[in-house]
Amino acid sequence: MPDPLSSQVNSSLDGPTVCHLLNDKPTGTTPVILELVVRNHPGTMSHITGLFARRAFNLEAIVVVPFPDGATSRILLHMADEPKLEQVERQLAKLHDVISVLHRPDLAPEIFTRLINQIPSPAV
Amino acid sequence: MKTTGANLLRILLERQGVRNLPGIPGGAILPFYDALHGSAIRHVLARHEQGAGFIAQGMARVTGRAAACLATSGPGATNLLTAIADARLDSVPLVAITGQVSQALIGTDAFQEVDTYGLTLPITKHNFLVRSANELLDIVPLAFQLAESGRPGPVAIDVPKDVQNATIEIDALPEPGKRLPLPACSDESIAALAHLLAHAQRPVFYFGGGVIASEASALARTLAHRASAPIVCTLMALGAVPSDDPLYMGMLGMHGTQGTNFLLEEADLVLAIGARFDDRATGKVAEFCPRATIAHIDIDPAEIGKIKTAFLGLVGDAADILRRLLDRLPPQTRPAWRSRASELRAAYPLAHPPRDEDPLHPVNLCRFLGEQLPDDAIITTDVGQHQMWVAQAYPFRRPRTLLTSGGLGTMGFGLPAAIGAALAAPGRRVACISGDGSILMNIQELATLAEENLPVAVLIFNNAHLGLVRQQQELFYRQRYEASRFQRNPDFAAIARGFGVRGVRIDPRADPLTQIADALTGEGPCVIDIPIHTTTNVYPMVPPGAANRHMMTAQPEFSHA
Repeated sequence: MPDPLSSQVNSSLDGPTVCHLLNDKPTGTTPVILELVVRNHPGTMSHITGLFARRAFNLEAIVVVPFPDGATSRILLHMADEPKLEQVERQLAKLHDVISVLHRPDLAPEIFTRLINQIPSPAV
Repeated sequence: MKTTGANLLRILLERQGVRNLPGIPGGAILPFYDALHGSAIRHVLARHEQGAGFIAQGMARVTGRAAACLATSGPGATNLLTAIADARLDSVPLVAITGQVSQALIGTDAFQEVDTYGLTLPITKHNFLVRSANELLDIVPLAFQLAESGRPGPVAIDVPKDVQNATIEIDALPEPGKRLPLPACSDESIAALAHLLAHAQRPVFYFGGGVIASEASALARTLAHRASAPIVCTLMALGAVPSDDPLYMGMLGMHGTQGTNFLLEEADLVLAIGARFDDRATGKVAEFCPRATIAHIDIDPAEIGKIKTAFLGLVGDAADILRRLLDRLPPQTRPAWRSRASELRAAYPLAHPPRDEDPLHPVNLCRFLGEQLPDDAIITTDVGQHQMWVAQAYPFRRPRTLLTSGGLGTMGFGLPAAIGAALAAPGRRVACISGDGSILMNIQELATLAEENLPVAVLIFNNAHLGLVRQQQELFYRQRYEASRFQRNPDFAAIARGFGVRGVRIDPRADPLTQIADALTGEGPCVIDIPIHTTTNVYPMVPPGAANRHMMTAQPEFSHA
């Protein structure tokens, strides 16, 4: 005889994935802008974007500009304020090439739009 | 000094204290192999790169120091990936060095070219593609520093062939990379934890692998006795507490003992030390330790609150935090709580038949091996039922005596890890407890074992099944068995002899334990094939996704026990 629990378990296997994060904040689309200072060398961007992709966390916009020293770069990231954001931030801070992670509540997502709009479309 | 990149890499590895270097040569790493000629580094020729990776892991897990391994480009690098990913999940300091095609050929789909940097990116702490021989001066010490500092983990260094061949002029060699000290945890946090502990009625200490990694086993145990707090261990923490310690409750979670999981239901304070609330330990996380306040000590800030919100999180080196906590914590007796723990432990022993009735029941076997092998023997396992039986029943007494693939659960880990352990701990007895499924996944390393002639005993718990798969199909898939039974299994003793290793097949009808004891007393490596009952299950078992209190226990119609 199968254990009485087994049927219960089979159904749970088919059910929706359970989120293990308990510090759930209400899910919303409040935009968040993070500023990173990173070491400027090949691979840094892969480390950062890979971290988002692995967690199925969408990056809305990204701007990278090197500092004049050439050794470091400044990155602005725009993303939605989801519950897993805090974990992504902590993982970002652990990357060897990431020097600092800072919230920029003073910036609005429009800066990305304004920036891209300043660039003329290519001549067809 | 004029030198080549390959020679510089060899010098830098020597200065890091690398003595045994497992690997397999190939075209893109040949300049480095040439530089190894006459070196103080002893190359250990594995028979598969995954074997080389796990030999290095065995060395690192026994010593706590970063170990290196070596492979060529392309398939050499891809074969290493499993061992690297495994090191990442179990926080093992590993430096994986791979050859790469010359930089001029990178991106041309050259022979044996693969994007090793891209492949290792998500499974390492950090990775490097070396672009000039001069960069080695920074990268090699940094790789060892990163592998050992903070939460340990794997680092990959991909070295193109032209970098190895380049001649450069160097003035000075860098200091070897070593573990960096961490910022200390604040006194306020430690005072707050001492206060929590002092005011708890029913505290439980939940040890993870971090207790062993930070060499804090003795301190953590002393603290538990000071606080009269029962101790539960994760798979990775087994050995941190001697299994006969009066406060020791054994392993928690999916295959933990019932008393252990029930105790956690009653706890009002759970202090997690170097543990990451893995789903195999917590069961359904929302119902894990439902009455407890969680305090969490971890070296990795990202672990605090990752799975379970901690009322108090302390980031830092566990040994340092526990030492300072000991200074502040007055002794507490908690007689009622201690006796409740003893009562639960006595009420729910591990179910198994008596030894004289069924000497080859896996629980009896593990206990018998515990009697035969010395206290400092190193046990490696593969992954599956045998691994859980070892975790439940083998009497571990010292840290770093159990080497097992916890996070990634890699079948094939045990044999090469045992070879690495024997290389890193000369004079110690090493036993690899494996299954008939797992052992085949890296059986080629018997050739390495024979060549190195190390005192490793491989014990195969042979049930002619992928046992844990069979068990899950029995319990959760309506006994519809699919691909879990081996219709034909090889003669493992004959295979061992074919590799030049002593091979023994145990006859279950003729005093099997004496046969095993005799096989263990022989010289050199051996393989002992032990037929066990084909359908014995590991109990207790928490069904995947269920809360830990819903443990299934041995049922006569299913179990041999």
